[in-house]
Amino acid sequence: MSSKRPVNLEISTIHFPIPAIASILHRISGIIAFFGIAFLLYGLDMSLSSRADFSAVADVMAHPLAKLVVWGILSALAYHLVAGIRHLIMDMDVGETLEGGRLGAKITFAVSIVLIILLGVWIW
Amino acid sequence: MVTSVTNLGRTGAFDWLMQRVSAVVLAVYTLFLAGYLLASPDLDYAQWAGLFDQLWMRIFSLLALISLGLHAWVGLWTITTDYIKPAALRFIIQAVCGLIMFVYLVWGVEILWGL
Repeated sequence: MSSKRPVNLEISTIHFPIPAIASILHRISGIIAFFGIAFLLYGLDMSLSSRADFSAVADVMAHPLAKLVVWGILSALAYHLVAGIRHLIMDMDVGETLEGGRLGAKITFAVSIVLIILLGVWIW
Repeated sequence: MVTSVTNLGRTGAFDWLMQRVSAVVLAVYTLFLAGYLLASPDLDYAQWAGLFDQLWMRIFSLLALISLGLHAWVGLWTITTDYIKPAALRFIIQAVCGLIMFVYLVWGVEILWGL
C-alpha cells in the first residue's frame, strides 16, 4: 500500500456518531425481538390453551427471571418501535439534516428510556 | 438497483415499501395489545380467550404474523448482506431465519385456530 492517507488507530478518540448508535441499536433490537417472539408466542399458546395453563403462565410470570426475560424482549420491541417511527417520520423528509438526525436520535433514546422504565414498572 | 436473488421482491423499492407497510401493521397490533392489557388489569382466562375467539382478532393476529415474516425477512436480509460476506454461510443463515419465520407463521395459525 502506497497510500499517504492518515491512519488513526487511537481507539479512544474514535466513536460512532449518535445517529449511527441509534441505527445499530435498531438492528440489534430487531434481532432480539425476532428471537424473542418465540417466547411471546409460547406464552400466548399456553395462555389460550386452558384455564389451568393460563394460571400457569401467570405463575411463571411471578418469577423474577421470567420478568427479566420478558422485560428484555419488550424493551427491545419498544426501542425498535420508537426507532421505526423515527424512520417513518424521516421518510416524510422531517429531520433529515445532520442536526435533525442527531436530535432525532436523542429523542428516540429519551422516549425509549421512558418506555423501558414504564415497562419495568408494569411488569413488576 | 438491488439485483440479489435473495431479497424479498425483485426491486429494492418493493422491499422498502413492504418493510414500511408491515411496520405500520406491527406497530398498530403492538399498540392495540398493549392498550388492551393496560385497560384490563384483572384479565382472566375467559376474557382473554374471548378476545382471541373473535374472528376479527384472529384475522388481525394473522395479518400481524404475516407482516412479521415479511418485515423480518427484509430486516435480516439487510443485516446478513451487510455483515456476512461468504455467500454460502450467508445463505445458510438466511435459510434458518426463513425457516424460523415459517415456524412462527404455522405455530401462530395453530394457536389462533386451535387445530
